[in-house]
Amino acid sequence: MVNRTFIALRTIWIKECTRFLRIWVQTLVPPAITMSLYFIIFGSLIGKRIGEMGGFSYMEFIVPGLIMMSVITNSYANVSSSFFSAKFQRNIEELLVAPVPNWIIVLGFVGGGVARAILIGIIVTCVSLLFVDIHIHNFAIIVVTLLLTSSLFATAGLINAIFAKTFDDISVVPTFVLTPLTYLGGVFYSLTLLPEFWQWVSKINPIVYMVNGFRYGFLGVSDVNYVTSLGLLLVFNVVLFTLAYQLINRGVGIRS
Amino acid sequence: MKALDISGLTKTYKGGTQALKGIDLEVQEGDFFALLGPNGAGKSTTIGIISSLINKSTGSAKVFGHCLDKELVEAKSCIGLVPQEFNFNQFETLFQIVVNQAGYYGVPRDIAKSKAEKYLKQLDLWEKRNEPARELSGGMKRRLMIARALMHEPKMLILDEPTAGVDIEIRRSMWTFLKEINKQGITIILTTHYLEEAEMLCRNIAIIDKGVIVENTSMKALLSQLNVETFVLDLPVQTKPPVLNGFEYRNLDDHTLEVDVLKDVGLNDVFTQLSQQGVTVLSMRNKANRLEELFVRMVESGRAQQQGAS
Repeated sequence: MVNRTFIALRTIWIKECTRFLRIWVQTLVPPAITMSLYFIIFGSLIGKRIGEMGGFSYMEFIVPGLIMMSVITNSYANVSSSFFSAKFQRNIEELLVAPVPNWIIVLGFVGGGVARAILIGIIVTCVSLLFVDIHIHNFAIIVVTLLLTSSLFATAGLINAIFAKTFDDISVVPTFVLTPLTYLGGVFYSLTLLPEFWQWVSKINPIVYMVNGFRYGFLGVSDVNYVTSLGLLLVFNVVLFTLAYQLINRGVGIRS
Repeated sequence: MKALDISGLTKTYKGGTQALKGIDLEVQEGDFFALLGPNGAGKSTTIGIISSLINKSTGSAKVFGHCLDKELVEAKSCIGLVPQEFNFNQFETLFQIVVNQAGYYGVPRDIAKSKAEKYLKQLDLWEKRNEPARELSGGMKRRLMIARALMHEPKMLILDEPTAGVDIEIRRSMWTFLKEINKQGITIILTTHYLEEAEMLCRNIAIIDKGVIVENTSMKALLSQLNVETFVLDLPVQTKPPVLNGFEYRNLDDHTLEVDVLKDVGLNDVFTQLSQQGVTVLSMRNKANRLEELFVRMVESGRAQQQGAS
């Protein structure tokens, strides 16, 4: 039984990875191009005029945030588009008729999102190496933050796709929620540059904790405590995974 | 053993549509069973509930003794589903589709690959195995769904209108294939609009209409209820219309005769009487599918009973 469940999980995961690798021009190339532009414009051109931030060059400072930004958007987009397409084409029924436990369905799709996020993280890191030397303060924190952040946003993407009825519905959250929160999440600046009130407001934004936790792993500096970052990530992961599992269990959006 | 045992099954959709009004149905292991009914009768809802795609409202369903409420994993493992609509990923190759489906049922990948070869070859799809599913013809897509449903070697195969939109040659080859796997012991439940298909393949039949089973019997018993057949005879142009004593008949025009013949009377007397009048029969055909007539009659009678009851 355990073996059968593991085979089902592995199958979903392979299927998900095959999907984003098959359409690599849509999934893997754009983040590399976008991040190259960020590095050129914000890092090389504008960054030189900004000078140091947190004791590092501006380029070094923004690298962790830009990697994290790619990880967040790609893990979310992968699962929301894949699960919604499966609903739209009705091939989600292939899973629903099979004896696959619902938590395995959630884990399989989230695993696909995490795989894409890691691959994108590696690609963006390689691109950044063309522009700047990367410091690594604590590799374990980098890996744990990367895994927890990608799984969190992959699960969020799944929840979005469960409720979505049209393709528009899966672009609303990334456009109107995710992008503003990411840009205001301390990717391009240190919170210490903000007035005290806006620093407090920024700390309501969960992405601040992810960006700063990741930055701590690279540079050893952070606007928030990395333990708090990891703790929050863990809590959000548990809450969203439970929610996604309950929604699939109840058949929301997939069973009539 | 009962392959399927449904009791008091009801389904009311959001919005109040009552698709099933408490149906009871039994299908024995090894049977080739037809579930017939007009559009919107409740066939697909019944199949959807059995295969866990639709949540039932009340009632119970057991698959090979496994209750859907308590032993869902075991029940699902017994079923292979061929749905009405194409529901595979159009961008995946045939090989990926069938191998992945086996994986969902816990079949190890190397075994899944050999099964994929077996079923894709049996269904004449092996040559296309590396092509994306969207490039297949309609008939090939139908066969792909059958191959996919067999990958975990289910004890029961449910086919929801499997030959819809398929040409006659492919339909007949699918019939041969289904008969063969039924002989090997797989219980088959089939819904179809082609009544000829049900007559050719199935041993037992249930007719459902407006969420109620209006008939549940053997195909043999059903066909025995057909005691009158209507034949259309093409004749040379007649100056005087022919007369048939002892038969209900209609001269449709000056060269076409329509005659109702009781099963136990036969056609010999018709030909004798026409010969005596010097009339040559050029050709002859059934007016309509006799099973179709019976089907319409039963559905209408069921509706009359339901109206009477309400």
